[in-house]
Amino acid sequence: MSAILRQQGLPISEPMAFGLSSALSFAYIPLIRINGLPLVAYRMPPKSIIKGLQKPLGLKMRFETFRNAEAGTRRLDELLTAGQLVGMQTSVFWLPYMPEDLRFHFNAHNVLAFGRDAASGDYHISDPVFDSPVSCAASALQKARFARGVLAPKGLLYYATGTPSAPDWSKEIPKALKKTTRIMLDAPLPIIGVRGIRRLANAIEGMAAKGDPAQVKMFVGQVVRMQEEIGTGGAGFRFIYASFLQEAAELLARPRLDELAETLVDVGDEWREFALAAARMIRDRDPLAPGALATRLRQLADREQAFFRNLRHAA
Amino acid sequence: MLANEVPQEGNATLGGRRKALYARGADGRLQIVPSAGWEVEEIVTRQAVDDLNRLAEDARRRVAAGLTSALEYHMHKARMDVPLLAQTTGLWQWRIRRHFRPAAFASLSPALRRRYAEALGIAVDQLNKAE
Repeated sequence: MSAILRQQGLPISEPMAFGLSSALSFAYIPLIRINGLPLVAYRMPPKSIIKGLQKPLGLKMRFETFRNAEAGTRRLDELLTAGQLVGMQTSVFWLPYMPEDLRFHFNAHNVLAFGRDAASGDYHISDPVFDSPVSCAASALQKARFARGVLAPKGLLYYATGTPSAPDWSKEIPKALKKTTRIMLDAPLPIIGVRGIRRLANAIEGMAAKGDPAQVKMFVGQVVRMQEEIGTGGAGFRFIYASFLQEAAELLARPRLDELAETLVDVGDEWREFALAAARMIRDRDPLAPGALATRLRQLADREQAFFRNLRHAA
Repeated sequence: MLANEVPQEGNATLGGRRKALYARGADGRLQIVPSAGWEVEEIVTRQAVDDLNRLAEDARRRVAAGLTSALEYHMHKARMDVPLLAQTTGLWQWRIRRHFRPAAFASLSPALRRRYAEALGIAVDQLNKAE
């Protein structure tokens, strides 16, 4: 996302784009199942992140989906020829450059196409998982963009149509901060925000009470994958958000936000400790103790609750 | 997390690539630090992959014993389950389950075979054998 903005002449960092769009979140959604296990997310869905940036930056993004795969590919080529950077939703499974072990049927993976190799017709792609650009054959990309299943991308692509402008930071940053605290503290559904974290803790215990430790292991494994693998920056996006807070502290000359960034890094470290404890149980290095994991999650919920309350005061 | 605490343990599941992490530098500012991988991630990824491989291997054995069709094997091999295969092919789930019966699978029309092969990303003649 930050790359699209930079191309449109507005150099802002990835953390700034993440923070301004109020992308940080937590959701435990038992109704949506991935591989038969409830979906756990540490950020808002990609489309909402991009939409969240439109208003503060005066940016216009266009979203297109396609019923016909060939039409989707043709449109992508048109846009690239016109010199656009094009964001796309894809399924990880069909992307050939992904290492074999990371190829799951996960449909909400966003990548950015920035050109095409004249000789082979392969697309040049920037993938947030990796630190350098990759290339992808046309047929594979089409398959990845038109994969079916949960959160099917339907060929979704998006690009900027208007030129964004630097916002009034002193207005937009507090607004974005408040929105994030609202999501984390006051969501009307008990599965979003800090209440979602507590729900997840209960769900792990509930699953353990029904027996089948193998299932519990798969479930906590999936939670950790969502936290560390899907996200950018580690600790379920807590680190990238802390980086945004530091930038905000400087722009607004508010040292209080710097302190809060410190706290959030500590909270992120605690998420990583949770991941470590879970992984050790999965590998049977420690005995499986769902109660202990649930306790850790509840502590995290308490800490995040306190953190976002402080953030609300600071905003 | 400090920049020098960013895990560099190596993670075989990343295939030699590196991931970007945000960590605290010497000046206290967060910065991007490339990570060669964290063991925790490797464990949870392996766990998921092993589980999928187990399903495929189990299906392969049952194909050899004549208890199921090669279709079930290829479904697991493509890391899919019945609901996903149903959505990808546009067939009813019960129809797919019926095609897990070796006899039903054997009398599958060429058109349906193509549909399955396309959805699973394999060639049609590959679909007939569980290997």
